[in-house]
Amino acid sequence: MSTRTGDFPGGLHLDGHKALSSGRAVEAMPVPPVLVFPLHQHIGEPAVPVVEVGERVLAGQLIAQAGDYVSAPVHASTSGRVTAIDKRPVPHPSGLHAECIVVEADGEDREASFEAPGDFDAMDLSALRNRIREAGIVGMGGAGFPTFIKLNPGPQGNIDTVVLNGAECEPYITCDDRLMQERAADVVGGAVVIRHAVGAGRCIIGVEDNKPQAAAALRAAARDGVTVQTVVTRYPAGGEKQLIKILTGREVPSDGLPLNAGVVVQNVATAAAIYQAVGEGRPLMSRVVTVTGPGVAEPRNLEVRLGTPMADVLRHCGADPAAVGAVVVGGSMMGFAIDDVASPVVKTTNCLLVDLAVDDADQPQMPCIRCGACVEVCPQLLLPQQLYWYAKSRDFDKVQDYSLFDCIECGCCNFVCPSHIPLASYFRFAKNEIWAQERERLRADRARERHEFNLARKEQEERERQERHRRKKARLKEPADAAEPADPKKAVVQEALKRAQARKEGLESGTEGTEKRQ
Amino acid sequence: MALNRPIAPLVHGDHSVRGVMVRVLYALVPALLVYIGFFGFGILIHMVLAVVVAVAAEALMLWLRGRPVRPFVSDGSAPVTAVLLCFALPPLAPWWITVIGVLFAIVVAKHLYGGLGNNPFNPAMAGYVLLLVSFPLPMTTWPVAFTVSGEYPGPLMSAAIIFLGPDGVASWDAITGATPLDLMKTQLGLNQVVPEIAAHPVFGDFGGKGWEWLANAFFLGGLWLLYKKVITWHIPVAMLGSLFLMSLVFAAIDPGSHPSPLFHLFSGGAMIGAFFIATDPVSAATSPRGRLIYGAGIGILTFVIRTWGGYPDGVAFAVLLMNMMVPTIDYYTKPRVFGHGPGHDHGRG
Repeated sequence: MSTRTGDFPGGLHLDGHKALSSGRAVEAMPVPPVLVFPLHQHIGEPAVPVVEVGERVLAGQLIAQAGDYVSAPVHASTSGRVTAIDKRPVPHPSGLHAECIVVEADGEDREASFEAPGDFDAMDLSALRNRIREAGIVGMGGAGFPTFIKLNPGPQGNIDTVVLNGAECEPYITCDDRLMQERAADVVGGAVVIRHAVGAGRCIIGVEDNKPQAAAALRAAARDGVTVQTVVTRYPAGGEKQLIKILTGREVPSDGLPLNAGVVVQNVATAAAIYQAVGEGRPLMSRVVTVTGPGVAEPRNLEVRLGTPMADVLRHCGADPAAVGAVVVGGSMMGFAIDDVASPVVKTTNCLLVDLAVDDADQPQMPCIRCGACVEVCPQLLLPQQLYWYAKSRDFDKVQDYSLFDCIECGCCNFVCPSHIPLASYFRFAKNEIWAQERERLRADRARERHEFNLARKEQEERERQERHRRKKARLKEPADAAEPADPKKAVVQEALKRAQARKEGLESGTEGTEKRQ
Repeated sequence: MALNRPIAPLVHGDHSVRGVMVRVLYALVPALLVYIGFFGFGILIHMVLAVVVAVAAEALMLWLRGRPVRPFVSDGSAPVTAVLLCFALPPLAPWWITVIGVLFAIVVAKHLYGGLGNNPFNPAMAGYVLLLVSFPLPMTTWPVAFTVSGEYPGPLMSAAIIFLGPDGVASWDAITGATPLDLMKTQLGLNQVVPEIAAHPVFGDFGGKGWEWLANAFFLGGLWLLYKKVITWHIPVAMLGSLFLMSLVFAAIDPGSHPSPLFHLFSGGAMIGAFFIATDPVSAATSPRGRLIYGAGIGILTFVIRTWGGYPDGVAFAVLLMNMMVPTIDYYTKPRVFGHGPGHDHGRG
């Protein structure tokens, strides 16, 4: 099984609902009056602002630089004036507010001058990665991991395959489909750059076979040995590990990265962004976003400037932001709901799914009847019913015995459960609890170490004090002359005293006053 | 502005516990029709009584346990237990047999162990075995197919026997007789050989007259459950396969004292056991490999009990014995997780 290509275990045939939005070409959305740029749109450390309130900025101008190695810079996506740097609602499952740079657009949309670096083939690999880093590119499929890090093949340099993920297996989302159709050359161009950067021999673009037009467009644009392969339309074919399995037959080791299977995976939109960054020197300023769902009058794909508040996007698509019930970022299987439509579109926002009624909201949750439906659909070959049992009873050792951390939270088990148990939520809960316990344990370890060090220090002090005490006592007991010669310093002092005594005696005969003063 | 926050996944398939249970009941309809056709209306009377008692006991236990009554009573699991138990009972047994069996199944085997999803033993089989060991006489008084006896117990006659006893029924002795499995066992005990015993009029082509058609109907219903993905193939195939192999080996060694494999498959509780009893997900093993072991264990134990045990049939005991093994089987049959262990050697394939 492990060497067979073309398929992966488990999975679901889902109703994709893609026709809602896939028919229309991508349209550029007008620049909104106010844009909000969160400093944290990626995995890693937040970016650090390099502009001040009141400063004028141009489209493509750096407004926040990478905060650390694992971080990404942020660029303004239009020209205007920085009006605030403060906490705003951001699209994050936690619903918390986070630090953002707010830019009021001036309507002129003037661009900074971009410098095309020239032929990437001739570039030093580290300069190439740096160029991609400076363009602020992160994984645009939803994860948001800084791309330049994944393009570092590491000292072993054993990556032989680049996989571009164009599967787009989540229901409702069609932004990659449209992008592949309309900007196939950019995607292929990005693929060539990525392959060069990691020194891989082959590059495969995987597209689910429900997107024949996208596959055809990519095939037409394919060059330099980049191949396009259609994959089975079965959720989650676009899961990183699943797609690698389908295209190469390899399994990413449980505790490893795709790198450990000799593969690097990038999303097709990321590849197109890389092509722009390397070819034209343009940083990441916009992305294609699918706006769909029952709450949208005109579902479609839009090229949206990063930082555009979701309320503006909804309004543009004929939805009243004040009246919508629920806005989910992502698809119906793995998306998360946002609290506030003032949240901006960020680098990882692939889809806004509006007012999708939850299918089983009215279904009571029943006990697990161990039917095993979840086992059949789990793409990671886990036993979700056992994981559920242990997660529910908070047996976090057992839940790890059953490989909780191999769960990719795709929600397939959740979908088929006849008892309507929110399995994916239980697994997210268990993971969070274990991480919290781990942090707690580390903190406790540090505290214990500090405490032990403190105790040891006090003991040491006590020992030294007693030692001094003991020596002092011993010295007092011993006869004075026995101790003194042993000390050369004291002998010197004694000598000096004697000399002084002699001098004093000599002076005494002459001056009374001196003696009195002494 | 605060929006409501649904949690992914937002979509759900068309699956429910109730749907599973209802399909199991549908799949039993052909068998019920065949049963009524060959053995009269007794089973239907018992079934109505059993379902009423089961649902009442379920509701009472839920109420006593402080659980929501409506969703659980309507989940259909109690009627399934009641109906399956009725297929195991002699159709003209006194009414209180059903009442006691159903009460034990629902109250003790199911709810005292924690209710739906938590019972380690198959409730219907627990109820059946309690009755079998407590009331051996009514539990072993079976009718023979009307094609053999010439007497068909209609609704009135069946009701009279069940509620008033068989004393007033003149044809009682004609109606009842040894089941094929029973006859086989006692005659083998009297040093008869299989071909002689099989000449008895209760035997049909594979199993007993009537019984083999019933087995066909269970098989048909089972195939439909497979098609509808209510059950997987593992347990039925493993159970029937191991029963077939065991009986094949022994029949080949000593055909005089061991009936044919087909007789084993088409007699007693083998078919209903393989497709409807052993596949009860709650009390069965859960991983595909575990289910193969579990099913094979039931098949082997069924053969062993039928051949060397004290009872003519062994499916119920085999199921309960393997129920006990389930936690151990599950523990040792964890499937290889994607990306773990041998077979991916860091993916270089």
